[in-house]
Amino acid sequence: MRTIQFNAVADAVTALCLKAAYDLPGDIMQGLENALAQERSERGRIFLGQCIENARIAARERMPICQDTGFAVYFIEMGEDVRIGGGSLYDAVNAGTARGYTAGYLRKSIVTDPLFRRRNTGDNTPAVIHLELVPGDKLSIVLAPKGGGSENMSALKMFPPAAGRAGLVEFVVDSVTRAGGNPCPPTIVGVGVGGTFEKVAYLAKKALLRPLGQPHPEAEYAALEQELLEKINASNIGPQGLGGDTTALAVHIEYFPCHIASFPVAVNLNCHAARHDQVVL
Amino acid sequence: MKNTVKIELPLSDAAVETLSAGTQVLLSGVIYTARDAAHKRLCELIAKGEQLPVDLNGGALYFVGPAPAKPGAVIGSAGPTTSYRMDAYSPILMEHAGLKAMIGKGNRSKSVVDAMIRHKCVYFAATGGAAALIAKCITACEVVCYEDLGPEAIHRLEVKDMPLLVAIDCRGRNLYENPEIQ
Repeated sequence: MRTIQFNAVADAVTALCLKAAYDLPGDIMQGLENALAQERSERGRIFLGQCIENARIAARERMPICQDTGFAVYFIEMGEDVRIGGGSLYDAVNAGTARGYTAGYLRKSIVTDPLFRRRNTGDNTPAVIHLELVPGDKLSIVLAPKGGGSENMSALKMFPPAAGRAGLVEFVVDSVTRAGGNPCPPTIVGVGVGGTFEKVAYLAKKALLRPLGQPHPEAEYAALEQELLEKINASNIGPQGLGGDTTALAVHIEYFPCHIASFPVAVNLNCHAARHDQVVL
Repeated sequence: MKNTVKIELPLSDAAVETLSAGTQVLLSGVIYTARDAAHKRLCELIAKGEQLPVDLNGGALYFVGPAPAKPGAVIGSAGPTTSYRMDAYSPILMEHAGLKAMIGKGNRSKSVVDAMIRHKCVYFAATGGAAALIAKCITACEVVCYEDLGPEAIHRLEVKDMPLLVAIDCRGRNLYENPEIQ
């Protein structure tokens, strides 16, 4: 059994919070630059240019790319041969998050109970933590801070299996089109297919983590991703929802086996400030 | 594309009428920040017939919850939040507080656009996610009220040449509905 100390986890999480907020991942930057080269709308090019310039300023001056530094969403893979010394994993991640959002001058966007009080918790905790046990003695932590504007445009539908491919395409394209400029396009479109009600939402979110433009390993799903991207980009929603060719930078699908009665489909959008980062301890 | 025009706050009806959808604007002057929670409080005061803590007459509201300022900085990153969440409140502020301009991102409801026509108000789009870039145009920042709301408190901002686009004008022309407008 390998022991990783509570403080080592918390420190790593703090560093992740800062890096994710300030540094746009290289694949997203490249995607924006490719979009700028291909965009035919002059207004669209202006917006894409601003997004790129903004990311450069943020990295240089260690400022958040977006003022909405998000809900801290973690995807953690914990080796079965790892234990945390001096406290729990959940507490370490929340302690690191609180410290990161405070020390990094990141916005605290989390309120207590969502209905009656809505009082700001003051340190952006609690985080959302998805934990998976995997073989080995490593601890992998991915942070994907998620802004509210794009998260609010999510959609989920429990289709009957008869809806099939055509039903999925219509639902995904319609969800992205109806979102318009709200989620800060160009977006990355995460699509979950299969599983159960809660599993399909998780898949849609996890799909956002795949390196930009890396197609699904299975040819049928890769072709479906391409078809969806072409249909979405023919919508003329465009950058910021004000017209153009670049409504989405990519469509990523993740699937899971499902019940004979079901065909769940979920859509989760990420804004152009598609932040994520990883540390392995 | 139309030429870029420089605009100073506060705005008269006549100044609002010169702005048409598609025009790029560099905005200067004093603006106030407000998101959902602050809008709710302002509208509750109006419903009770009480005085507002800020003078919005001829003024502009920026839908933003800024990131905290680092030591020595005026403000942290400060891009727009999604505007439709303010749709229930905006017409009340136009009618009762003289609001003349709103700054945000994304389309507005028909009832907001109708109120903009009725009360001569303009809706500017700021670039969502360009929050570090926009922060460069903010030359002063102080919390005016509702400090308990944290980032949702009302801040008084002074802006210099803030880059905006007229997304919906006071005649109801709407770039989100008609992106082909140049």
